[in-house]
Amino acid sequence: MNKKRLLKDKIAAKFMLGLVIFSGLLVFLIAFGLYYRAKPILDIKPLGQLLFSSSWRPLRGDFGFFPFIIGTFWVTAVAIFIAVPFSLLTAVYLSEYAHKLVRELTAPLIDLLAGIPSVIYGIWGVLVVVPLIKNHLAPFLGTFSTGYSVLSAGIVLAIMVFPVIIHVVIEVLRSIPNELRDASLALGATKWQTVKHVVLLKALPGIVAAVVLGVSRAFGETMAVLMIAGNVAKLPGSVFDPAYPLPALIANNYGEMLSVPLYDSALLLASLILLVVVLGFNVLSRIILIRIERRIQ
Amino acid sequence: MNRARIEENLFKGLMLISTVTILTCLLLILGTIIVKGLPAMNWAMVSQIPKGGFYLGKEGGILNAILGSLYLATISTVLSILISLPVVLYLNVYAKKGSRLAYFSRFSFDVLWGIPSIVYGAFGFTIMLYLGLRASLLGGIIAVTFLIFPIMSRAIDEVMRMIPAELLEASYALGATRLETAFKIVIRQSLPGILTAVLIAFGRGIGDAASVIFTAGFTDYIPYSLFRPAATLPLAIFFQLNTPIPEVQERAYASAFILTLIILLVSLSCRFLTKRFTKHLIK
Repeated sequence: MNKKRLLKDKIAAKFMLGLVIFSGLLVFLIAFGLYYRAKPILDIKPLGQLLFSSSWRPLRGDFGFFPFIIGTFWVTAVAIFIAVPFSLLTAVYLSEYAHKLVRELTAPLIDLLAGIPSVIYGIWGVLVVVPLIKNHLAPFLGTFSTGYSVLSAGIVLAIMVFPVIIHVVIEVLRSIPNELRDASLALGATKWQTVKHVVLLKALPGIVAAVVLGVSRAFGETMAVLMIAGNVAKLPGSVFDPAYPLPALIANNYGEMLSVPLYDSALLLASLILLVVVLGFNVLSRIILIRIERRIQ
Repeated sequence: MNRARIEENLFKGLMLISTVTILTCLLLILGTIIVKGLPAMNWAMVSQIPKGGFYLGKEGGILNAILGSLYLATISTVLSILISLPVVLYLNVYAKKGSRLAYFSRFSFDVLWGIPSIVYGAFGFTIMLYLGLRASLLGGIIAVTFLIFPIMSRAIDEVMRMIPAELLEASYALGATRLETAFKIVIRQSLPGILTAVLIAFGRGIGDAASVIFTAGFTDYIPYSLFRPAATLPLAIFFQLNTPIPEVQERAYASAFILTLIILLVSLSCRFLTKRFTKHLIK
């Protein structure tokens, strides 16, 4: 009887360990799978040419990702530029100033914001943000825009990034010991002075990590951007011009990808680029956050 | 002193404005979807599949996409539980405290959580090419399972880590093996957290479009086999919105309303379950 129980325990342990190892290796498996499929195009063309050429003519075998990379960069930059001040101020307010009741009421709402599917953000962008920019903002500033632009995509992405940054920053602020705040207040500093000179200074690495996580979220977001950014494979000249970010390129061409030679390879290379960049950002910010966690313990 | 007070009030004001702005965004999004979607709703939308000329504004509904999404998300969620639960139990019951493996696994879940869903879609597609599958329900399930199981594992792990070590030691002292402790003590103790994690993963799975766009394909019929393409709600919204015909766009709003309703339901039941099941726990 006892032997059977111990045997069960041992078998279960081996099985579980196997799953743990598999899930730990999944990142490498994904990277390898994409690399394997992207290899045909990497064998023919130098990576530098693929990354920095602006000529995208799949039928002629020209696969230059530069306009798409720059498109992603612009859209992400606009989103982060909008998202950082708003989410930092909100996170500081919720963690340092707000009444406990306010905090408890807003937490589920911010979770909900994180849970809304990106296609819903996309449809909202098409219904609200795009007309706003086309009919009001662009004419007001004396330019023309179809509304499907870097700015529209940036605004919608910013809203999607809010919960990511707020969540991480609140966690980081919570990890700062109250003694530090008390010491500062005891010296006669006002609440805001305490926040500015003590809390935010101490939280700076964590805030950087939160923003980097936000960047990587915006960088890889697909559906909303696909619906709003306009998808014109040209370098955008201003925020009112359309852009064609990398994830939108991948999602938009799934139908044709098997009929044109090397097309599927090129698109999987695009996914690989996306993966490598996001992975870099993520590893960086997680390392910062783990260091903070260790410092507390 | 006066300057300090002005600065204090200025920043307090800015903080309030930011918080209100962000919450307003949420309300605006939900409001827009309800205002646009509710008038476009009708019984045919949820009870019929697309009939001939549906995409030109003729009769039909999106039952194919609703069922497709439900099948896809449910099966993926079940598969994710089968992967996540053993993994997280291993990390919390079997692995030694501070073991490198546990550290590395938690790190990799965080990293997997950050990988964009389109990359999971592309990876799912490479697996399908490797296995010789076409766009099908099974393909979609593979991609979505990879997408949601790290989220689920991370969420379950958060709760299981909170279980006091004394509880496990008490169980060992009574002669239980680690496996028995895992299933009879740890799972029971973290049940509310597990349920919440399952719901979060389900919500993520049902709402994601980028991972199913290559893998599940799209069809006007209700999927009856794992090897057939399956329609999904997010993609139905996307395709309907992209047509130039106003009647079809109206349907996109109605579909968006249905999807939002499902997400709201999932989110509400999370709250409810956490409240309801926490009262039986040993604290």
